[in-house]
Amino acid sequence: MTATAKITAALPEDVILDVRNLRTQFALRTHVVKAVDDVSFALRRGRTTCIVGESGSGKSITARSILQILDAPGEIKGGTIRLRTAPRAGGHSGVLDLTALHPRSKAIRAIRGRDIAMIFQEPMSSLSPVHTIGDQIIETIRLHEKVSKAEARERTIELLRRTEIHEPEKAIDRYTFEFSGGMRQRAMIAMALSCNPQVLIADEPTTALDVTTQAEILDLMRELQTSYGMAIMFITHDMGVVAEIADDVVVMRHGKVVEAGEVNELFENPQHPYTQALLDSVIRLENRSALKKPEAEVLNLEAPPILSVEALNVTFPGKRGLFRKAPAGVHAVRDVSFELIRGESLGIVGESGSGKTTLGRSIASVRPPSSGQVRYQGTDGIKVDMADLSGATLNQYRRRVRMIFQDPYGSLNPRMTVGQIVAEPLRNNSPLSGNALQDKVAELLEQVGLPRDVMERYPHAFSGGQRQRVGIARAIALDPEVVICDEATSALDVSIRSQVLDLLIELQDKLNLSFIFIAHDIGVVRYFCDRVAVMRKGEIVELGPVSEVCSTPRHAYTKALLSAVPNPDPKARSMHLRNRYSEPGG
Amino acid sequence: MSNADIDIEAAPLAADPNIAMASQWRLMWWKFRKHKLAMFSLFIIIALYTIALFAEFLAPFDPNSFDRRGGFHPPQMVHFIDQTEEGIKIRPYVYETKRNRNPVTLRTTYEKLETKKYLQFFAKGDEYEMWGFIPGDRHFLAPADPDDRFYLFGADRLGRDMLSRTIQGARLSLSIGLIGVGFALFLGLTLGGIAGYVGGFTDTVIQRIVELVLSLPTIPVWLALAASLPPSWSIEVRYFFITLIVSLVGWTELARVVRGRFLSLKNDDFVIAAQLDNASQRRIIFRHMLPSLTSHIIASVTLAIPLMILAETALSFLGLGLLPPAISWGVLLKEAQDVRSIVLGPWLFIPGGAVVLTVMAFNFLGDGLRDAADPYST
Repeated sequence: MTATAKITAALPEDVILDVRNLRTQFALRTHVVKAVDDVSFALRRGRTTCIVGESGSGKSITARSILQILDAPGEIKGGTIRLRTAPRAGGHSGVLDLTALHPRSKAIRAIRGRDIAMIFQEPMSSLSPVHTIGDQIIETIRLHEKVSKAEARERTIELLRRTEIHEPEKAIDRYTFEFSGGMRQRAMIAMALSCNPQVLIADEPTTALDVTTQAEILDLMRELQTSYGMAIMFITHDMGVVAEIADDVVVMRHGKVVEAGEVNELFENPQHPYTQALLDSVIRLENRSALKKPEAEVLNLEAPPILSVEALNVTFPGKRGLFRKAPAGVHAVRDVSFELIRGESLGIVGESGSGKTTLGRSIASVRPPSSGQVRYQGTDGIKVDMADLSGATLNQYRRRVRMIFQDPYGSLNPRMTVGQIVAEPLRNNSPLSGNALQDKVAELLEQVGLPRDVMERYPHAFSGGQRQRVGIARAIALDPEVVICDEATSALDVSIRSQVLDLLIELQDKLNLSFIFIAHDIGVVRYFCDRVAVMRKGEIVELGPVSEVCSTPRHAYTKALLSAVPNPDPKARSMHLRNRYSEPGG
Repeated sequence: MSNADIDIEAAPLAADPNIAMASQWRLMWWKFRKHKLAMFSLFIIIALYTIALFAEFLAPFDPNSFDRRGGFHPPQMVHFIDQTEEGIKIRPYVYETKRNRNPVTLRTTYEKLETKKYLQFFAKGDEYEMWGFIPGDRHFLAPADPDDRFYLFGADRLGRDMLSRTIQGARLSLSIGLIGVGFALFLGLTLGGIAGYVGGFTDTVIQRIVELVLSLPTIPVWLALAASLPPSWSIEVRYFFITLIVSLVGWTELARVVRGRFLSLKNDDFVIAAQLDNASQRRIIFRHMLPSLTSHIIASVTLAIPLMILAETALSFLGLGLLPPAISWGVLLKEAQDVRSIVLGPWLFIPGGAVVLTVMAFNFLGDGLRDAADPYST
């Protein structure tokens, strides 16, 4: 049998971890989920292997199987995971099959952290909030090696310095909450490297981070790999990140490896249709959608704007306690002014905390602005000044300016059927009822590409992309003129993302909509928008046509933001050449 | 390359239409069913309430009827297989007993005799008025001779049948839990709902009231309140006030649960979406928010009922709750207060066992409901 022959074959010298025919299953009450189904790959010394796939592809379960940290009822049902262990004190390096070890055995515990280290997606929850960063790293070192406390502390400071943490002598005694997201991920990496592991498993380590921070972490990981020479298994869903960092790529789908190979080869000449589709959907997002009218045609500056925002400010006041004065509030949006041209899609990009979501919600009338004006002027001659909106005018405004939410799970009432959800705005705002209402709902659902008979179903029966379609149907139900999309596609997988964007473009054409499209992903903005506003710390730093801003950014921050975006072409790795933005005067 | 191969969106629509169209209650029931202990508890609770409902019929005797010669009679076994000269017959009977009194210690003992006392299902016995208006004299199981007595759970000091008294006591004890929770729910839902939905200053005031009530030492306050009820009041009035006092415990917890849920729901995207859909305030609360709350509220309510039952039992036990001739489990346990009864009639504690059974069953049921309350979490 070939399988056994492979297992008995000696490991090539440079292979550190060899996964063969791995099968991991979750036995549920009614059926068995084959989360990982016959997966094989090898990690080599000094190389980064990216495991790429969409949600549910089994990439994280593969990583957890290697370390045997599966959640119940997950179980490894077959295959081998062979690890070339590092030479220990008084021992030799050997080859060990990890699947043979009990998940709670001493042997596997010795390997976790020592031979194989792992970093997780969410740095906040993987670091203890009640211990200092230093204590946590020192503990890891002393758990695996017999060194004195002072020695371990020395090494920890050195590690923090290597992971480019500012002032490591001070940082070592800080707590997790005093660190920013990027700093925490650096600390996690320092902890993972503390015992010189042979293999570093990184499970979406940059997904929760902003692009500029992501660029820095990727940079750091690449640099550490060259100096430490370990094998990195990098799990991601982002083809741009793959192109930036990978040496080898393994593409997974539905628990199976669909394609594996060297990065340049795979990007240039993908064999499997799924890989082709995945790459295609990423590359498509690099350019303006073919469905859209040319930029110049849309941006007709002569016509009066449909919506104009003037000196808008939003502050969150500090909460006043019984015995203390109100602390200074957070100034989320500062003096933002822009105009929305009829028929355009205006992108608003920025990193987390830039105030883009607050701005969007304020315009959608979820929360009133602290000061400033939003003026809406519809085709039907309705003029509304949002500053003093209430009662009937507010209702009218809300009919014309609609919103699509980021989270397709939270934005649909789980206790209502899809038909009821889409009917809700009609029920509240139009005289429709009975069969006429049902017909209108069916028509709306068909418009967003869902069959009529889904009306009876509850949201839990739908995938993320389908739920977002339901959200879109609800938004267009009242024939609005402006739709605010708050990160409407960022919770979706890449392949579905472009489908939803195409649907929005199609609807824009058909219903003559204007979009305010809030995003953190430049690719999506390039594909979908005509103009883009870049926000930073509550202010718009740059606003202009997408083609201009993306090719010749004027503001230093825009330059930094754009150059930090991973380029989905492994031959044009550019991240290390990126512009870094430093606070003027800071 | 086929396009269908990558069209991930097409697949999930084929999902089991049964699940796809299942409402939240159906999903909850499916999840609850898996919780074996909770299911079992549900049956016990249904059984207990059925017994309480048909107490007059199910009790073999009038709970207040007594037998002068039956004081501290121990529990008897009911036998079904009757071996006589004519052969084996299946019919219920108990053995007769003879009362002996030790001339030195004056202690009463009962000696089992060989003669049999036959029982009968649906036999005529003491007269009663079911729920106070349906007259009847049939009992589920009673002696064939209406003048005879038997003691499945033993008898108390005066020779009253403990089984009949425990069954009768269930009615008051169990209903006080339900009605008390009704009051508590009304207070908790209104105040908690207002605090959570309105927020701000109102929220602060209501929260401080809740904290004040919570910080009162419960037992002394109950005692004081209960002691202030004039003993001359009728059973019904007293019952009503005891329920009120008991529900003082429950409403604060419920108010907190409801407030917390309202607060978190208020900022959920689907509630904001309803706002932007121009839904009226009323519609947002009753159509969008409450349905998401009900399952959690039911679970909290189920966990609050045993607290009420325990509170009533404690008050009556101390002689400050319901007073004889009312019969509740607490009143019955009061009989078991002294050493004499522990020595002479340990079966007087049986109502205590009923309390434990009820409270445990409610707690398991509440746990099961709480786990099932959110069918969308895994």
